[in-house]
Amino acid sequence: MIKSFLHWLDQRTGYKKITHEALYENVPGGARWRYVWGSTLTFALVIQFVTGAFLWLAYSASTQTSWESVYYIQNNMFLGWFVRGLHHYTAQAMVVLLVLHLMQVLIDGAYKAPREVNFWTGIILLLLVLGLALTGYLLPWDQKGYWASRVVANIVGITPVVGQDVQKLVVGGSDFGTPTLTRFLAFHAGVLPALIVILLVGHIYLLRRHGLTAKKPLKKPDAPFWPDQVLMDSVACLAVLAAVLFFVIHYHGAELGAPANSAEPYDAARPEWYFLFLYQFLKYFPGETEIIGAIIVPVVIVVFMFAMPFVGRWKLGHRFNIGFVCALLAGAGMLTYLAANEDRHNERYQIAVQQADAAAERVKFLAQNNGGIPPDGALALLANDPLTQGPKLFAANCASCHRYGGTDGLGNKLDDAKETASDLKGFASREWLNGLLNPATVASVHYFGGTKFKDGDMVGFVQDHLKDLAADKQAELKKIIAAVSAEAQLPAQQALDKADAGAIVEGRQILRNDIACVDCHQFQQPDKTAVAPDLTGYGSKEWLVTYLNDPANPRFYGKDNDRMPSFGKDGRLSAQEISVLADWLRGDWAKPSESASP
Amino acid sequence: MPHHSKPKEPDRREFLKKACCVAIGGALGAVPVAAGVGLYLDPLLRKATNSKEGLNVRVTTLDNLPADGTPRQFKVLASQVDAWMKTPETPIGAVYLVRTTDAQKPVRAFNVACPHAGCFVAYVAEIPNYSPETPGYFCPCHNSSFKLDGQIARAGSPAPRGLDELECFVQNENEVWVRYQKFQAGTAEKVPLGA
Repeated sequence: MIKSFLHWLDQRTGYKKITHEALYENVPGGARWRYVWGSTLTFALVIQFVTGAFLWLAYSASTQTSWESVYYIQNNMFLGWFVRGLHHYTAQAMVVLLVLHLMQVLIDGAYKAPREVNFWTGIILLLLVLGLALTGYLLPWDQKGYWASRVVANIVGITPVVGQDVQKLVVGGSDFGTPTLTRFLAFHAGVLPALIVILLVGHIYLLRRHGLTAKKPLKKPDAPFWPDQVLMDSVACLAVLAAVLFFVIHYHGAELGAPANSAEPYDAARPEWYFLFLYQFLKYFPGETEIIGAIIVPVVIVVFMFAMPFVGRWKLGHRFNIGFVCALLAGAGMLTYLAANEDRHNERYQIAVQQADAAAERVKFLAQNNGGIPPDGALALLANDPLTQGPKLFAANCASCHRYGGTDGLGNKLDDAKETASDLKGFASREWLNGLLNPATVASVHYFGGTKFKDGDMVGFVQDHLKDLAADKQAELKKIIAAVSAEAQLPAQQALDKADAGAIVEGRQILRNDIACVDCHQFQQPDKTAVAPDLTGYGSKEWLVTYLNDPANPRFYGKDNDRMPSFGKDGRLSAQEISVLADWLRGDWAKPSESASP
Repeated sequence: MPHHSKPKEPDRREFLKKACCVAIGGALGAVPVAAGVGLYLDPLLRKATNSKEGLNVRVTTLDNLPADGTPRQFKVLASQVDAWMKTPETPIGAVYLVRTTDAQKPVRAFNVACPHAGCFVAYVAEIPNYSPETPGYFCPCHNSSFKLDGQIARAGSPAPRGLDELECFVQNENEVWVRYQKFQAGTAEKVPLGA
């Protein structure tokens, strides 16, 4: 029954003959391990086609959805991380396999007549695969891919005569955006794979036409492809798959950095490791000579490779070809080492990588914490995140006078001598107020030392009246501090404020009745005679936002304001920026431990 | 058991090799294909974001409904999570609201989706090819027609059931709320799918 059906099918398709030809191709000298590389490459390509097609089903190409859909694949979809990891690491394996295949073909002399055309299709296939690598790197639209791809596009742009037009065509406009993504996706998932399939069919057809190039001397009698060579090929493919799976599982899929942001510096920009040598190479071509390293040298090398079959006709030429490619590989290896070594000792780069990792983690957390990503995309999450934006806003707007734990907010140590306003780390916390109301520290640069209030009433009061306090007065001061600090409702002090609720109530009482404070400060009831900052809601979100908006408002320093700019009133910062800055100063941002959602 | 002569050593080795080829080859193909198919099946494994009970949504106020019982079409706005994207307030569907004279149930609500294949039914002042002349709903796709109370009008309408009526209530004096639900199209039974 089955037999007659197969017979029927064979009469109509001739599949038996094709299968026979495919399986019983003669392998001169029998199966050998050195012949496996072509098959491993084909296998890797099949993995890429399969995983790529499934990833494509879940990918959305636009500046607001590319990163987001990849994030969703990686973190939310069933087996998404696995498929993506398989695609990512198989791509890297392919680069290695391409080199091995090329070396085997060269050493065995398989590129020489009559196999020139086959060799050329191989080189074109190599270039097409590198094209896949370049286009695929951008698609997740993360900082890494974005900045690396911009470099590539700009290199295209320096090509003589046509460069700028070609760059515009590649990018789909004058700058990177959604058209870049739709174009890269079409090339990556459609055009290049189709060309590869066509060329691969030709490549394999030509291989069959001319037969395998046996490495002499033959050690065994000839044998058919099946099953010995097929077995070796499958074992080699299995080894490739095992290596790829190791990376996929070890790194739980592929890396996804923070979403691309043209306004955000990215000092960790590097190409994928297999292009690192080119990246390093470009460092040696100053100014206008970049074109030599970026275009002329690579083009000359590729042109020479096309000429190899002719050079290889002579015995010396063949040796030269092998030596040439070995030298290329050694050079590339050396350059890769130099690039990696330089980065290893580059502290700035190391910090940038850490910051990039932290930003990637943060945006992932924010997306989960928010229960999804807003329609504006993941960048909106980061733009409204105090932990992400606070330090940057502080460094850019506050750190010329203020400090944050002795730094500019971003972690860079600043000179204390240039500190002309208070250190705001822990502002309005009990600890911070303790330092303010301490005769020993109130006039230090961390508080009023750098300001015109250095010799003002507050400093005088603290130094004169809070010195050597009796035990009962000390206890009162402690309660006042607790009360003022509680006005801020700092997230970090929530538990403390709750535990000391009684002391806080007492503290308020003392503060209201203690003539010394309310002499100058307003507290809880309107006080037209107040000349110092309002203590009602001191350090709260509302207080800080209003203060940052205009510190010269009568509620705060009035006309006595030192040099603090009215950031909101003068339009230096937007309401959103002031809100984010206030949240950051108050330590008020979404924290991983607080998220209850699974 | 009858004692068979052992196959010759080389034959057995050949068979083993071939078996290994098939086994390894199968594994090689299975890994990417199984992983990819798993990824594709994700929607089946995902829990529905909305319960089948639907979502209570404030749609409009009573004064926006014509007193004469003419249906009016309204968007249903709600927060939506679509794959990764969370949209705060966005249209998730539409309803027809009809004012009634019944004090217990002053408004009736119908999902605009035709229960035949899900097209958006239109309100028409006169149902085509139907007598007596009467206003109702008409589906532009396959010509199903429904009376104002949602029942199938013209016999031979392809719709397997009348328009899907939604639970509707008035609260805070004049706010019209609808428990918005979608239903499986193409079945005689009204099978809820969620909001």
